[in-house]
Amino acid sequence: MTVPFYVPPEQLMKDRAEFARKGIARGRPVLVLSCVDGILLLAENPSSSLHKIAEIYDRIGFAAVGKFNEFEGLRQAGVRYADLRGYSYDRGDVSARGLANAYAQTLAGVFTTEQKPFEVELVVAELGVSPDDDRLFRLSFDGSVSHERGHIALGAGAETISRKLVEVDVLSLGLDDAMRVGLDAMELTDAPGAQVEAAILDRTVDTHRTFRRLEGDS
Amino acid sequence: MSGFGPPFLTSTSTSFFDLVSTVRPDSLPVVHGMPPSLTPEGTTVLAFRTGSGVLMAGDRRATAGHHIASRRIEKVHRSDGTSVIGIAGTAGLALELIRLFQVELEHYEKIEGTPLSLEGKANRLAAMLRSNLGLAMQGLAVVPLFAGIGEGPRAAAGERSGRIFSFDVTGGKYEEVDHHAIGSGAGPARSTLKRLWRPGLTTEDGVRIALECLTDAADDDAATGGPDIVRGIAPLIRVVDTEGERQVPESTVLAAASALVEARMRGERGEETP
Repeated sequence: MTVPFYVPPEQLMKDRAEFARKGIARGRPVLVLSCVDGILLLAENPSSSLHKIAEIYDRIGFAAVGKFNEFEGLRQAGVRYADLRGYSYDRGDVSARGLANAYAQTLAGVFTTEQKPFEVELVVAELGVSPDDDRLFRLSFDGSVSHERGHIALGAGAETISRKLVEVDVLSLGLDDAMRVGLDAMELTDAPGAQVEAAILDRTVDTHRTFRRLEGDS
Repeated sequence: MSGFGPPFLTSTSTSFFDLVSTVRPDSLPVVHGMPPSLTPEGTTVLAFRTGSGVLMAGDRRATAGHHIASRRIEKVHRSDGTSVIGIAGTAGLALELIRLFQVELEHYEKIEGTPLSLEGKANRLAAMLRSNLGLAMQGLAVVPLFAGIGEGPRAAAGERSGRIFSFDVTGGKYEEVDHHAIGSGAGPARSTLKRLWRPGLTTEDGVRIALECLTDAADDDAATGGPDIVRGIAPLIRVVDTEGERQVPESTVLAAASALVEARMRGERGEETP
């Protein structure tokens, strides 16, 4: 009879975190930033159909790095959650906070109980009336949530991108300037247009759905 | 609270209707044992092709027996950016069905990243009606009229033109050629449509013709309300063309309705060609 090796829980969690972190660090970067005209979502993405940024609800956007099948499943779950909530109550009752909480619970559950953790990192962004009211939530593979202001960068080189943006007051920029600053920070200014996926949660429109993909003008 | 349940994470369905049926069936518009005579009903809705797309108009009256339940009910709604839906029948169920259908289309678009084709939307609506057949048997019938722009037999390849679909309570879907009307005032409305409709209408002429039809329907059908100039309540008119879906402003419709009343007082019957 074989006795399984004892692995201390600290070691187990550390190994899992290490594994997830490696997977995520390989992903090309994603940047979400608040500006005067809305919330700009930018991703380095060679594919024009496998999106890394997407619409969840009227004023809620989603961005992710990591394994496509994993974050795509999470994105669809978010759309289902938001549509069901909006239909059961009212469109105004769908909030990023509730959604971020559901994501956090799911990620934490998978991290501790499944064979392997999700190799993803997500941003859930909610558009406010003014840039100061915008809510950006960062969700990690282990279910930890953080609420950040101004911008969130994910994936390879995220720290470098963040460091460049700390010096800029992005909240006071218009869309074009925010786009320029964002692409500069991601070092994508000279990249061919097809490599950049861009979208905005547009503060200036008066329709209930504010998400719009920005195509070909990046 | 433990995050998303299995139906959220593992489903491969793109249908919101399926999702609600699975996880929250009590949110669906279902009524048991309601006496039909006490539920408000909505009546005349018509749609026709115009030069640039399609126009749909509906009166604003809801009745419960001989009682006027509402003078301001809205029977014509935007379903998404390229289509509109109008409803005749039990008002409470109808409005809920419209709301469900709007979310259904938006849900598909977000999950798949691309909107449904017009034909696909009409088929989804038919399936949703079929699932309500039990209610129809109780006398709580809901009959929609669906219109929008899409590729089809009357559009050149790669182009989109106006298309109109009517339905019955069993979920039967029928594509109409140029125009159609539903509801208790449909008879007189259709006669007027047949008399006045012609290909290539402008939106302005379309509004006038829609008002002629609704006025004739209100003449003969107690459950249809004509333009109410005293209270400033105009029929609801929505148009869809290549620029998208929009409502014709109520002030525009009221002005056209006033002109129509004056023309009728002079004895004109809408045939004049400008």
